[in-house]
Amino acid sequence: MSSETKILTTDGVPLEVSLKKAEKRNKIKAFLLVAPLLLFLLITYIFPIGEMFTRSIDDRMVTNMLPKTFASMEKWDGKELPPEEVYRSFYEDYKILAEKKEHGKLGQRLNKEKNGFNSILKRLFRKVKRNQIDETVSIKEQINKIHRNFTKVEYWQAIKRTAPPYTINKYLKGMDMYLDEDGNVAQVSEDRRIHRILWLRTLEIALFVTIFCFLMGYPIAHLLATLPMKYSNLLMICVLLPFWTSLLVRTASWMILLQQQGLVNDFFVMIGLVADNNRPEMMYNKVGTYVAMTQILLPFMVLPLYSVMKTISPSLMRAGKSLGGTPFVAFWKIYFPLTIPGIGAGCLLVFILAIGYYITPALVGGASGTLISNQIAFHMKQTLDWSFASAMGLMLLTGVLVIYWIYNKLVGVDNIKLG
Amino acid sequence: MALPSYTETRYRVWHYIYISICTFVFFFLIAPLFVIFPLSFNAEEFLVFSEGMKNLDPDAFSLRWYKDMIYGTKNPWGLAAKNSFIIAIFATIGSIILGTLAALGLSSRHMPYKGIIMATLISPMIVPLIISGVAIFFFMAKVGLAATHTGIVFAHIILGTPFVVITVTATLSGFDHSVTRAAASLGSNPVNTFMKITLPLILPGVISGGLFAFVTSFDEVVVVLFLAGLDNTTIPVQMWTGLREQLSPTILAVATCLIILSTLILVTAELLRRRSERLRGINR
Repeated sequence: MSSETKILTTDGVPLEVSLKKAEKRNKIKAFLLVAPLLLFLLITYIFPIGEMFTRSIDDRMVTNMLPKTFASMEKWDGKELPPEEVYRSFYEDYKILAEKKEHGKLGQRLNKEKNGFNSILKRLFRKVKRNQIDETVSIKEQINKIHRNFTKVEYWQAIKRTAPPYTINKYLKGMDMYLDEDGNVAQVSEDRRIHRILWLRTLEIALFVTIFCFLMGYPIAHLLATLPMKYSNLLMICVLLPFWTSLLVRTASWMILLQQQGLVNDFFVMIGLVADNNRPEMMYNKVGTYVAMTQILLPFMVLPLYSVMKTISPSLMRAGKSLGGTPFVAFWKIYFPLTIPGIGAGCLLVFILAIGYYITPALVGGASGTLISNQIAFHMKQTLDWSFASAMGLMLLTGVLVIYWIYNKLVGVDNIKLG
Repeated sequence: MALPSYTETRYRVWHYIYISICTFVFFFLIAPLFVIFPLSFNAEEFLVFSEGMKNLDPDAFSLRWYKDMIYGTKNPWGLAAKNSFIIAIFATIGSIILGTLAALGLSSRHMPYKGIIMATLISPMIVPLIISGVAIFFFMAKVGLAATHTGIVFAHIILGTPFVVITVTATLSGFDHSVTRAAASLGSNPVNTFMKITLPLILPGVISGGLFAFVTSFDEVVVVLFLAGLDNTTIPVQMWTGLREQLSPTILAVATCLIILSTLILVTAELLRRRSERLRGINR
């Protein structure tokens, strides 16, 4: 097209330019509407999650406490006992710490790296406090005399290992691994592998709860979608009322039902399944976790399934049957494949929710029903090892985000339907 | 669902198995809620059905746990209920305002990076609560809002907005944009158009999103457990503490009240959903 025929708007600007301008203005307008929430979430939520990452790898405490030691250690090869220079700078650093009364923290931190460090540092502290170390002669000999562990190279290697400001120790600990003296990844002894058990249990419970929810949710979603409106609306209440009811209320009702003198056990005794004096423990173990979590998460399976099944025309099944398929064949070849998007949505939703569950397992799970979330809460509140809690939280988050990504690919987040 | 008379026996059997499975699942879903009702009227302290209750003896029932809930000494429920309502109401208002604005922007076809922004806005719903709790706690502790109502309200706005965004976006998907253009061509400014035209049409979606946000806040315990001090205890936190220490019938009285509340919310949400469908039907 030549320049003469270019279409102009009334004020003489080419239409193309004017359109682009308007488009840009609309873009900015739309973005400004989203901006407040986006900014709010970024500041109060997304960045703090990022901060969890720095917290989880942060190991600057010792680095800042022993600056001279680490500077002099750079020349030390770490094979034999360090030279006098390292001893001297360690002594100088320690003296400053002792004056600031921060030596205790160092002892605790180094004790985690090498058992027994705290006690030998306490001996050193006593000497330093009483000014019993003569700075004019060899400090190496004096320190080595305090305790024979100071003459062991492993202890000095332990100090050297704490030098880098960042560490992946917390992540390794979350997988029951650690860095050994040579900096290789090693497994902790078998009787101390508690975290791996928790990860596997979390996965197992989430997986089975998802399967149970699917097995129970599919038939009723089908019934709800095929019944006439006036019946299905009534039955829908059975799904929606638990959905809207407080999680704690539902957990409480399971605690009542599953206790040893509870109704479920009463019923088992009544039908003669178990003896009255031998009522099984159904709470504070995995059974309780499974039952309660399945009931609590079931609506999240039924609702997406229902919304997909509602769109499947009943004439498809009739057509299948009239073409000679048995009802089973018609269901399997026609109906089931059409519900797969709903199955994907429901299963992923339930799995994501189950994998991060905290309240219900903590109340009805007992020791064998606790999940990784309970461990995170434990470290946040009891041991106050926040960097470890952050590390485990992020490991869990990574898993969830992978599932979320798959969910997004398969179903799309904007296709989530509620109620 | 009556079966046609020509149905073969094996399908007939299968059909009845299917119906009984469904009955069992519906029972499994709804029955636990109904255990709470009668036990909350128990005259005794134990959480089992006493002989008197099984025989429907009027003396076995009483309102003592409801009285304890309201008048009990050193009773935490009054304060907890007040806090819960205050926090939930402010969190709902915040979520509605931020969420509706964002949904309006997201529904515009000019919105850049729609996918990633939507994913970010929805993320608090997907990220496990325990992680949200840890992250929000770190933030609130840093800015000095831990153990304050404000901090908890902010936390609940974070958790509540995804619901508002989702429901309002869904409502807007059936929204006929020519009505706003018509208003604009008749001389209405954007704010006026929004208040007079858009808002009334999307109101059902906004309110039902608000209900979700309200319930989320009212029911939320994980994040509050991290954030709350002694003065900010809420109903779920009290229930959590009570359930961990000992199950007292007073908790069941509270639970009964909560079930009644959730029934009311369910009815409201259901009515709104139907109204919204009707309104959108007119638009089509």
